[in-house]
Parts: sequence; C-alpha cells; structure tokens
Amino acid sequence: MDDKSPMLELRGVSHVYVGRKGASLAVDRMELAVGHGEFISLVGPSGCGKTTVLSLLAGLFPPAAGQVLLGGKPVTGPSAKVGYMLQQDCLLPWRTIRDNAGLGLDIAGRRAAAERNRVEMLLEEVGLAGTEGKYPGELSGGMRQRVALTRTLAPEPDVLLLDEPFSALDMHIKMQLEDLVQATLRKLGKTAVLVTHDLAEAAAMSDRVVVLGRNPGRIRKEIAVPEAIRRLAPTEARKHPSFQALFDALWVELNAGEREGGSHE
Amino acid sequence: MSDDKACHPAGGDKEAASSEDNGGPHGGDDRAGWLKALHAAYRRRERSIGAAVLSVQLLLLAAFVLLWEAAGRLKWIDPLLFSYPTKIAAQLASSSADGTLWPHVGVTVAETAAGFVLGTLIGTALAALLWWFPFVSKVFDPYLVVFNSLPKVALGPIFIVAMGQGFLSILSVTLSMTVIVTTIGIYNRFRDSEPGLVKVVRLLGGTRLQLFRLVILPASFPVIISTLKVNVGLAWVGVIVGEFLVAKEGLGYLIIYGFQVFNFTLVLSTLVVIAATATLMYQGVALLEKKLVSGGREPS
Repeated sequence: MDDKSPMLELRGVSHVYVGRKGASLAVDRMELAVGHGEFISLVGPSGCGKTTVLSLLAGLFPPAAGQVLLGGKPVTGPSAKVGYMLQQDCLLPWRTIRDNAGLGLDIAGRRAAAERNRVEMLLEEVGLAGTEGKYPGELSGGMRQRVALTRTLAPEPDVLLLDEPFSALDMHIKMQLEDLVQATLRKLGKTAVLVTHDLAEAAAMSDRVVVLGRNPGRIRKEIAVPEAIRRLAPTEARKHPSFQALFDALWVELNAGEREGGSHE
Repeated sequence: MSDDKACHPAGGDKEAASSEDNGGPHGGDDRAGWLKALHAAYRRRERSIGAAVLSVQLLLLAAFVLLWEAAGRLKWIDPLLFSYPTKIAAQLASSSADGTLWPHVGVTVAETAAGFVLGTLIGTALAALLWWFPFVSKVFDPYLVVFNSLPKVALGPIFIVAMGQGFLSILSVTLSMTVIVTTIGIYNRFRDSEPGLVKVVRLLGGTRLQLFRLVILPASFPVIISTLKVNVGLAWVGVIVGEFLVAKEGLGYLIIYGFQVFNFTLVLSTLVVIAATATLMYQGVALLEKKLVSGGREPS
C-alpha cells in the first residue's frame, strides 16, 4: 500500500432505518478503512447490514451518525468516482448494448468520441465484441452481467462496490466472471468492496475478508487472505492447498456470528 | 434487497424449441431436410386453422345478414323499427353518392381523433406531474378516485352552458371521459417502474429529470400506446353523446335526427358507418403501436 490515507473509510458509522413500526439499528459504530487498490469482501448472516454499508459507501443515503469518507472527503451522494454493480444486470431493454454500457457517460453528459471509443474497448475486453448493436434480450445472463460490468467501469470510477453481482449466475459462468472482474480491477488498479454470502467467493477474490455480525450490524473479525492465495486468479486460488484452511476460518467466524445474532431476537 | 429482484434475473437462457416426435430422421444424414419438413407441416397446420376460423366468421356474418333480411321482408320483425340490410345499403349508397354523408363522417372523425389524442397527451402530462410531485399525488388521490367513478356524461349540460353548443362542448365531454382514466393508468405505470432500473440511474448520479427521460417514460411507452387504443373507444362514446346533446352535424346528430323523424333505416345505417370508421381508427392506432413498440424490446 503506497498511499497513506485510505481510499474509503467509515468512522463511527451507525445507521438506523425508521419506519411506521419504529426505528431499528442496522449498523452500529462501524470502523472500516479500505486502502488504494485493495479488494475487500463483506460477509455475514442476513440482517448484518452488508448492503446498508454498501449503500452508505455509494452515498445513496447519509448515515444516521458518523462519517463516510471517499479519498478523505465526506460522501454527499452518488458520484462518478464510485461504481456500483447490482445482483441483477438491470439493463434497459430498449437500449442497445452499446447504449446500455454508455449509460453512465450519457448521464454525466460525457459524449466525446474518445469516451465512446473507450466503451467499445471495454466491451471488447470483457469479451462482448460484436454485440454492440444488439439488445439485452438477445444476450445470455452471463453476457448481460458483463454489460453491467462495462456500464459500471465506463465512467472510470476509483472505487467499485459489488453487491452480490455473481449470485444469480450459473456456477461456471460465475467463476468465469469472478476471474474477469478481479483481473480487470487489478489491471486498472481499482479499489473494490464485494458483498457476498458465498464464503469461497470472498476468500478467492479478496485481499481481506470482513466478517460482520448482526443485531446490530457490526464488524466481528477481519481476516487477511495469505499472499500466496491473493496473487492467484479466483479459479486458481480455490485449488491452492491453503485455501481450505482460510475457508474453514471464515466458516467458524460466520457460524459464531449467526449463533450470537440469533440469541438477540 | 427485494428491490433488485425486480429486474430480470441474470441467469436463464433462451428456451429450447419443443421437439416433435414424427418418427425421427431417416438415416441421420438429412437433418436439414427433416427440419424443413417438420416446419412445413407446422405451417400447414397453422394455415388450415386460420382458414377454418375465417370461413366460420364469414359464414356467421352472412347468416346474420340473411336472417335479418328475411325477418324484415317477411314481417317477422317490424321493418319500420328494425329495417333490413338491403334498405340500409340503399340508404348508404344514396347518401354517399349525393355527398350528404361525408361531412358528418368528417366532423365526427375529427372530433374523435382530437378527443383521443388530446386525452392521452393531457392524461400523460398530468401523470408526469403527479409522479414529479409525490405530495401533489397524495393530495389529489381521493379526488381522482371520486372523479373517476363519476359518470362524466352527466357533466354534459354544464359543458354546454359553459362552452356553448358546438365543438368545444363535445371535445370537453370527450376529454372528461378520457383524461382521468389515462392519468390514473399511466401514473400507476410510472410509479411501478422497475426499482432496479431506477436504482441504476440514481447510482450513476442521474437527476430526477434524467430518471424520467431515461427510464420512467420509455418503460411506460407501451402502456401509453395501449391507453391510446382504449381512448379511441372512450372518445367515440364521448363524441356520440356530445353530438346527441348539442350538434347540428356529425354521426351522433344523424342518429338523433333519424330517431326524431322516425327514420330507423337512417339510425341503423349510421351505426354501420360508426362501426366501420371506429374499427378503421382502432386498426390505425394498432398499426402505429406495432411500428413504435417494435425494435429491441423483449416480448414481455
């Protein structure tokens, strides 16, 4: 880590959901720092506030207390510096692949030829050359999620927030995409936060895995991924001899968190 | 997050063509010929069903016309009240030959077209307003419900007093029938736009105007066009009723006039003209829909 200040930071962040029935504490006094170019995963039982943390980082809503910092500055709303990838591809069915991939640029009013060329190049890089003029309905699920990746990368964000983007895909397509996403982010030097409930995915893709506990959502434990596994592509990492030990360590933590959380209800 | 689930799932591929068990290929080398034969058999089946449906339809129409003609001529029904097809045809032939029919058709078609086009445009604009200002939509919700359940034709006399006997009153009756129902239908579509698509635009930093232009409006386009089709029917009701009340020309006026002079052949022949013109208009809008909504859209 050559940069001293973290790319993303949560400082004493709490978040409360308020509704008719009352107010519930979703995230409690969370402290988290993600370095430049680091890839971290958030795992935890349902209701641990994983997606809330991601939404806070994206600036979809402000935290009830504490600070969310991006590059040392408070996050005030969604920005082009942060890309977000959803579980569903959410492509606009009436736009071509090219126009879907360039949606973020259209919204930002970036219509220069150079920008357009970059979209074409990105599409080519994720293996979608030749589909530019097609419509989302003509593509398979895995291809559509590649378009969603391109749409996220096109505005050149510094940070990528990945909200279970592989969970709706078939196993082999999921693993292909894991490799593609990790390789692409590494090449471009992006910082990434992945939310997943797949422990193997978290272990295979990240530099560091953060295990969350629930009721209220908080950090239980951070587990660093050994350098030997970190270097490998996700499909290779899964075959590494020390991968199972890492997976088991995560498994133990997650189970402990689930039991604790359950007793609060 | 349940809101993401609204988008179509990232998994799933094209469905497989269902197989036909027609004995299978012979020898296995002529797969293309085998597929072609299966396709040809399928097309033949389709065509023969289509032909059967059309012939039954024509038969029913002919039987109805013949029965009506016989009933009228043989005095099973009162020909003064119910007329019969050849009399109606003669009436239509003479009124279209001497040119007395066409001005009435022209007036009514113009009023109806203005009614459904304006009704759809104004309804869509109001729906956009309600979507843009959630507070306004909350405030107006009960009023819309009341106004929608009101029989708007009852407002006719008020329009006549306020706007005089003529085009404006008829248009107002028509708009009162189309605008509210359009507003409610399209506003509901606006509001139910897929949360995932909305989230994507928000995450990319889109403004509310961009959200409307990029997602809400195009996603609702098929509904707007189908509302236009519904409004064709409503506009006809509005225009005919409006003409009953005030007009000195138009097809509704012809019906009232025929009724007053006890010429039911004129009334029925006008109904035939209305049926024909309304069908043509509806088909025209359906054709427009086909042209506008085609493209890369998935069949939904």
